Amino acid sequence: MKLTLGPVLFNWPTPMWADFYARIADEAPVDRVVIGEVVCSKRSPFRTNAVVDVIERLERAGKEVVLAALALPTLKREVAEVADLVGSGRLVEINDMTALAAVAGSPYIVGPLVNVYNEEALAELESLGATTITLPPELPQASIEILGAGRSTADLEVFAFGRVPLAISARCYHARAHGLAKDGCKYVCEHDLDGLHVETLDGQSFLAVNGVQTLASGLTVLGQEIPELETAGVLRLRLSPHTCDMVAVTNAYRDAVDGRLPPAELVARIEALELPAAIVNGYFHAGPGAAFVG
Amino acid sequence: MELVCPAGTPSALRTVVDAGADAVYCGFRDETNARNFPGLNFTAQELAQGVAYAHDRGTKVLVAINTFARAGGTELWHRAVAQAVESGADAVILADLGLLEWASRTYPAQRLHLSVQAAASTPSAIRFYAERYGVKRVVLPRVLTVEEIAAIVSAIPCETEVFAFGGLCVMTEGRCLLSSYATGESPNMNGVCSPAAHVDYRQEGTTLAARLGGFTIDRYPAGQPAAYPTLCKGTFKVDGKAAHIFEEPTSLNALAILPQLKAAGVSALKIEGRQRGKAYLAAVVRQFRTALDALDAGRAMPASALVALTEGGRETTGSYKKTWR
Repeated sequence: MKLTLGPVLFNWPTPMWADFYARIADEAPVDRVVIGEVVCSKRSPFRTNAVVDVIERLERAGKEVVLAALALPTLKREVAEVADLVGSGRLVEINDMTALAAVAGSPYIVGPLVNVYNEEALAELESLGATTITLPPELPQASIEILGAGRSTADLEVFAFGRVPLAISARCYHARAHGLAKDGCKYVCEHDLDGLHVETLDGQSFLAVNGVQTLASGLTVLGQEIPELETAGVLRLRLSPHTCDMVAVTNAYRDAVDGRLPPAELVARIEALELPAAIVNGYFHAGPGAAFVG
Repeated sequence: MELVCPAGTPSALRTVVDAGADAVYCGFRDETNARNFPGLNFTAQELAQGVAYAHDRGTKVLVAINTFARAGGTELWHRAVAQAVESGADAVILADLGLLEWASRTYPAQRLHLSVQAAASTPSAIRFYAERYGVKRVVLPRVLTVEEIAAIVSAIPCETEVFAFGGLCVMTEGRCLLSSYATGESPNMNGVCSPAAHVDYRQEGTTLAARLGGFTIDRYPAGQPAAYPTLCKGTFKVDGKAAHIFEEPTSLNALAILPQLKAAGVSALKIEGRQRGKAYLAAVVRQFRTALDALDAGRAMPASALVALTEGGRETTGSYKKTWR
């Protein structure tokens, strides 16, 4: 199995963002690195200068670099930015249908925010050129198995580590939580490097707000499930960046998929790190995403 | 603008037809549609009868088959499309890429609408659906301002339909897993959001706790009416402060901005609420019928009398105004 490092979903300050990728280039045993702003186009201008160096460094280290498209483009400028990615000469990861329209006919990658629930949608995306399809995080094992048997030309990828993205909106909940509007947001999201923690009135850890995106509070870790994912024909695992030691996370997954670490012990190894939240895996087991099945 | 109204039952269909709907939308009694609630929706026979009733009165029937087909179970969704076509439906409303491909190939003469669940929010995304599957109308996601809608209308080769009244998804439709995170059941997979089977109300001391899948969505002091625990309308804590972090319990009401929507070139207005009763539907449909007739005749628009029918007595124009964001 191959490992993909998903895009940083949070608004990390540019120096931190660039340092993160420098370390990934030097130390993380991942095959593919997806970079680019998925959540909010207001964040991208700050990274424009750093991006070129980050891509060069990752490629020099032998990583395949994929450029992620915005999840919810609505402004003209945003639609143009998505179209521009296609002319970059690198593989593009689509995260909505605007990007699909731009890449259709050339090879492209489908991110976890596109609805691929059945073998016919999978075949349709393959016929349009998809070479990797990341499945929606809420898919249970039974569906993953059917899609694994039904795929032909595209690799299947499953979201295996990180806070699962649950929703996207036109409204910025980060700004709203600070009594601000989206247009005058003061970039308050940059203070919550793993998302803004949302708990219930009874103190249950529940969600994490990241600008216009809402994520699970629980941290998905698929470890003991790796043999079943392999049997199902899943060829790639997606690890989504957080502030915890991502080199240690990628090493643990590398060891697990290469047979050096029993998959059942992966969770324990991850748990030993400083994590932003408790571990969950319920979606794979056909339950609530917030559940943990040991 | 065409007035498109919901029907969760055959009698609701007759109600909205009689109240002045130009078109009715409904779905089958299973997981193929996004309002898969107990006791709601149509059998194939009821649909055929509903189509006959509507067509006799010059009203169209649109059939929503707008969930994402289950892997290994696509036959159920194919059958739903086939039954809708056989019943004489004027259009089927689809969201799933695979189902769009199948339906456009199998029934090339059938009119296809793109469901809001497909979340096509830009001209290029909409053109893709129109050109590849022959989609004739797109229901726009509730993320756009009126100005953005006008720009889209002028750049696409098909009609647009927008939500005018009723429940308000604050997340982009078809792209929200909040419900399944708490309950295991989602709009995309099961056609349900915050399903009743996972709801629990419990009196705890002086407050009533409303929970969904074990997560507390809100707490109500004695005497305060309790709302249904729809996840995105709940009260949660951020930095120790309790607030409706996503949205207050509220309903969309675009009645006051119908002239702007018409000027933007919108083809059809959708009333949400296949789960609603006949009295509610009759009142809402009549109000919008009167307003649209006044608008078309160049008369003054009637004032809204619908606040009593909104969630929590609150209404909003949602994303249609930029300040909502």
